[in-house]
Amino acid sequence: MIDWVWLIPLFPAAGFLVNGLFGRWMNFDKRVVAWTACSALGLSFVFSVLVFFSLLQLAPEARAAVPDRVLFDWIVSGDFRAVVGYKVDPLSIIMALVVSGVSFFIHIYSVGYMHDDPGFTRYFAFLNLFVFMMLTLVLANNFLLMFVGWEGVGLCSYLLIGFWFDRDAPANAGKKAFVVNRIGDFGFLVGIFLIFAHLGTVEFTGVFAKASTLDTTTVTIITLMLFLGAAGKSAQIPLYVWLPDAMEGPTPVSSLIHAATMVTSGVYMIARCHVLYTMAPITMATVAIVGAATAIFAASMGLLQFDIKRVLAYSTISQLGYMFLAVGVGAFSAGIFHLMTHAFFKGLLFLGAGSVMHAMSGELDMRNMGGIWKRIPITFWTFVIATLAIAGIPGLAGFFSKDEILWQTYNSGHRYLWLVGAAAAGMTAFYMFRLLFVTFLGKCRASDEVKKHIHESPAIMTIPLIVLAVLSVIGGYVGIPHVLGGRNFFDEFLAPVLGGPPLGSGGHTAFSLVRPAFAAGGLAEEHGFNMEIMLMAVSVAIAVIGIGIAFYLYLWKTEVPKRLGERLKGLYRLVFNKYYVDELYEACFVTSTKRLGTFLWREFDDGVIDRSVNLVARLMLGIAGVLRRIQSGRVQGYALGIILGAVIIILFLIR
Amino acid sequence: MHIQGLPLLTIVIFFPLAGALLLLCIPKARVELLKRVALAISLIEFFVSLPLFVWFDGGVAGMQFVEQVPWIPGWGVQYAVGIDGISLLLIILTTLLTVLCILSSWRSIERMVKEYLIVFLLLETGMVGVLCALDLVLFYVFWEVSLIPMYLIIGVWGGPRKIYAAIKFFLYTMAGSVLMLVAIIAVYFLHGKATGEYTFDLLKLYQTILVPNTQYLLFAAFAVAFAIKVPMFPFHTWLPDAHVEAPTAGSVILAGILLKLGTYGFMRFAIPLFPVAAYKAIPLISVLALIGIIYGALVSMMQTDLKKLVAFSSVSHLGFVMLGMFAFTVQGVTGSVYQMLNHGVSTGALFLIVGMLYERRHTRQIADFGGLAGVMPVFATCFMIVTLSSIALPGTNGFVGEFLILLGTFKANPVYGVIGATGVILAAAYMLWMFQRVMFGPLRHEENRAIKDLNLREIVILAPLICLIVWMGVYPQFFLKKIDLSVQHFLYDVKTRYEAAIALPRVGEGALPAVGQDVGPAKPAEK
Repeated sequence: MIDWVWLIPLFPAAGFLVNGLFGRWMNFDKRVVAWTACSALGLSFVFSVLVFFSLLQLAPEARAAVPDRVLFDWIVSGDFRAVVGYKVDPLSIIMALVVSGVSFFIHIYSVGYMHDDPGFTRYFAFLNLFVFMMLTLVLANNFLLMFVGWEGVGLCSYLLIGFWFDRDAPANAGKKAFVVNRIGDFGFLVGIFLIFAHLGTVEFTGVFAKASTLDTTTVTIITLMLFLGAAGKSAQIPLYVWLPDAMEGPTPVSSLIHAATMVTSGVYMIARCHVLYTMAPITMATVAIVGAATAIFAASMGLLQFDIKRVLAYSTISQLGYMFLAVGVGAFSAGIFHLMTHAFFKGLLFLGAGSVMHAMSGELDMRNMGGIWKRIPITFWTFVIATLAIAGIPGLAGFFSKDEILWQTYNSGHRYLWLVGAAAAGMTAFYMFRLLFVTFLGKCRASDEVKKHIHESPAIMTIPLIVLAVLSVIGGYVGIPHVLGGRNFFDEFLAPVLGGPPLGSGGHTAFSLVRPAFAAGGLAEEHGFNMEIMLMAVSVAIAVIGIGIAFYLYLWKTEVPKRLGERLKGLYRLVFNKYYVDELYEACFVTSTKRLGTFLWREFDDGVIDRSVNLVARLMLGIAGVLRRIQSGRVQGYALGIILGAVIIILFLIR
Repeated sequence: MHIQGLPLLTIVIFFPLAGALLLLCIPKARVELLKRVALAISLIEFFVSLPLFVWFDGGVAGMQFVEQVPWIPGWGVQYAVGIDGISLLLIILTTLLTVLCILSSWRSIERMVKEYLIVFLLLETGMVGVLCALDLVLFYVFWEVSLIPMYLIIGVWGGPRKIYAAIKFFLYTMAGSVLMLVAIIAVYFLHGKATGEYTFDLLKLYQTILVPNTQYLLFAAFAVAFAIKVPMFPFHTWLPDAHVEAPTAGSVILAGILLKLGTYGFMRFAIPLFPVAAYKAIPLISVLALIGIIYGALVSMMQTDLKKLVAFSSVSHLGFVMLGMFAFTVQGVTGSVYQMLNHGVSTGALFLIVGMLYERRHTRQIADFGGLAGVMPVFATCFMIVTLSSIALPGTNGFVGEFLILLGTFKANPVYGVIGATGVILAAAYMLWMFQRVMFGPLRHEENRAIKDLNLREIVILAPLICLIVWMGVYPQFFLKKIDLSVQHFLYDVKTRYEAAIALPRVGEGALPAVGQDVGPAKPAEK
């Protein structure tokens, strides 16, 4: 069964081709298009499940050593060889499951959401292509094929964010996403060059087997370059700026980009390359610090936004920060765990937001909502579940994964980073509940016209909501912390790839740079369990405080936020305008590049190079003009010339 | 599998010329007939050139389909033609693009159609001839033959400033050619003096190992001629003018093939004839190539005229070709050859696309468009795919070329590789920005509302190029297999003769013979 892995990405590719090439003649009935796209994804998911179960039947050690399934040679040149080949191991199959599974439900939901859009066919073609690229990325057995998926999801995000291309904002947002991603891709590309130059191969198996021959400097540069790629794709500081703008795309697309695909690829890539990363403590520290900084920075930007989707966007960036924090402290499996649970609840949140928009005639500003929960009960209750999950309330998926990250951070000796993470968790709880309260509860502030039309979405949209809600609840139980008497199946399953669960071993050995004594010592071992429970209680308490403040400000004393905003005007404006980072980038990079381009063109190309070319031509004309006078046609003149010439020659000869 | 005795290359070279003669016999007034005959000739030519690909043996490193006939025996001039993996695909690209060009001129050329078609077929003979020639005189003849028709195409069928552009193009290229001619003659005499055999046979001249100082001068002469043709920064300013004024088909051929004659010239003549000088020139050429990549991209970004934008993007793309070639690694040179083809396909397609817009709206200003994707969806799809190929998205042909170039360059010199890779970011910026301004956003001009989507003829023109973009991107091995061994042979050859040359004792003489036909370390000969 494992040999059939190549079918997993093949189905969406086929769906893309069928809808893309023949959609023009198929859209007499939208159901044909929708069935094509959804069944492609459904089959892909089914095969992921089949491969997963085949893998489970192997002994744990054998799971990481399944031979790659190579389809054909892609690029061979001299000693360079890149194949189209797929790798099945616990890590890639979990990713394939999450990607195809969540995407499948997003496809179903989209059938309802995009029903009246004239670009229905194009939409589903792109959606299939997106998933194909993402599956290529996670299943690739070498860096170059991974890069295909890597750039491919960038392309698809460009196409889908700019889906409504006849407006300027989406077109701009799409381009921004692509270009910013390309900056990251540049890093990834250089990383590949370095890997090949030093190890002579780009296949994962070969690279990781030979990795120990690399010296620390090289491996640090390689991993930092790859991390630049990850920062672009997964929207980390400083390359996160494309993600909030990506909200211009259709809402299910946001869900797809932010939950199941694309943004998670950076985390996956680092986990995939954990062998390299654990060899580079400086990079690990960088990843952890960038992750933590992004987590809190983005969370703070989410505090004051009024656009539902933008709040969710910043929350995505922030949650991705957690994942990077996790992999940065060496807790790779915790990072992947959070990636999975996040896919469930963030996918749900976006689809829920879409459902709200659907009900509110496309409204996005939560100031024009409120009190609608009774009218759209399924949307509301599933949204509540997702909000509880992301806030880290015990019993839901987000609690288990987020808590594992925080615990691993603390346990590996990064107390300050733990503090940052915990603070960000409080903010998360606050802004998510602010969103929930302002959108669904309180008084309805919508116009009468909109109010009349508020209605629950059709079943084709609510069923995916319910499924994802269920997953948001139960998804965490695959990784219950030992301290709570559970068994972390997730860690165990990934252990053959990512190494043993670092829990209890006092953190990852390679990351003993920051606090070696603590990390390696028995302190954590002895007090670990008590400490873990204590920290758990603290983070839950922080979340509850966040919720409490949200409740106080947005349900109870609703006039307070305004007063606070006026009193702290400067700060408010700074945060509300997202610290003016976009403006800063625009001024520093975009405008100056354009100016340079204009300068080079006008002043240098036209003014210097071409002018000198024309000058040469004019010089020739000038000389010719002078010489022409000699050819006067008067015989006396010529005779004089002949005589003078003869004299000169004679003088020259007799000298 | 090879039909013995059939002078396939000669047929491929001279069939268009014969076709041009046939066109001469058709009355001027019968425009439709003229076009159909020309199209038929170019199509037959294309299908005649395909067996070259099929029968070409990727497992043989040397020249194939070789034909040798004395031409001017007294001077050692021969009619010698042959191809290897480096020229093979360029020839097929030439015959393919000529078909598409004739198709694309169907409506856009209204004046002097007969002359136009004749000149075009003449041009095809010249280009294929350059790519096949293995004799320096023959090469030079074809080189000039390919120059004059393009001069006419720009000067007669061009836009408002056609005379300026055509003369600039001609003089600029001619200036380089003359230098090269002097160098060719010098090589001839040096070789003759050293070996006693006066010949223009390229393969024999390869064996002459010149002392480094002579090499520098002669390489410089060749390099300037080719660098103008490529064009490399700072010799590029004729290109935007020529492109803007040339008719669509002229631009396609100019970008698709003529520029490649410059890069091809480096590979076939300048580098293998003067390996020491070529090695010495690595830093200079690489830096100029890098400047070209980034400079071309930055200037391209700010263009307001679509054709000019594409022209400057060519400067950038050709910079990649030169960068990879002078990496002197298998990946770099292979990528360079591949990128020549890619540029022909994708930039050719871009010029066709710009031409299609121009035919509809009679403007090429970006500001006159906007929001076209809504009214012309098929066109938008084609344009998108070509754009992606141009920015080297994985899965398109452009990626394979650029990746191999950058990888090969990185192996040779990591700094060059990294700087080159930034071009990847800039390419995305200028191409997507252009695409957005033309295709996306609201319809800003009422005139564009009634604009028609592609017709069948136009789809037929673009379809082969789009298929190639995908094919060459997804399964490049099909093509790389034909290129690989020739490139390895080229590198081995250049390297061994480089080593032989620097091992020579320093004597004032121009040249010393390398004994034997086989490449190998030359024995220092006593004088």
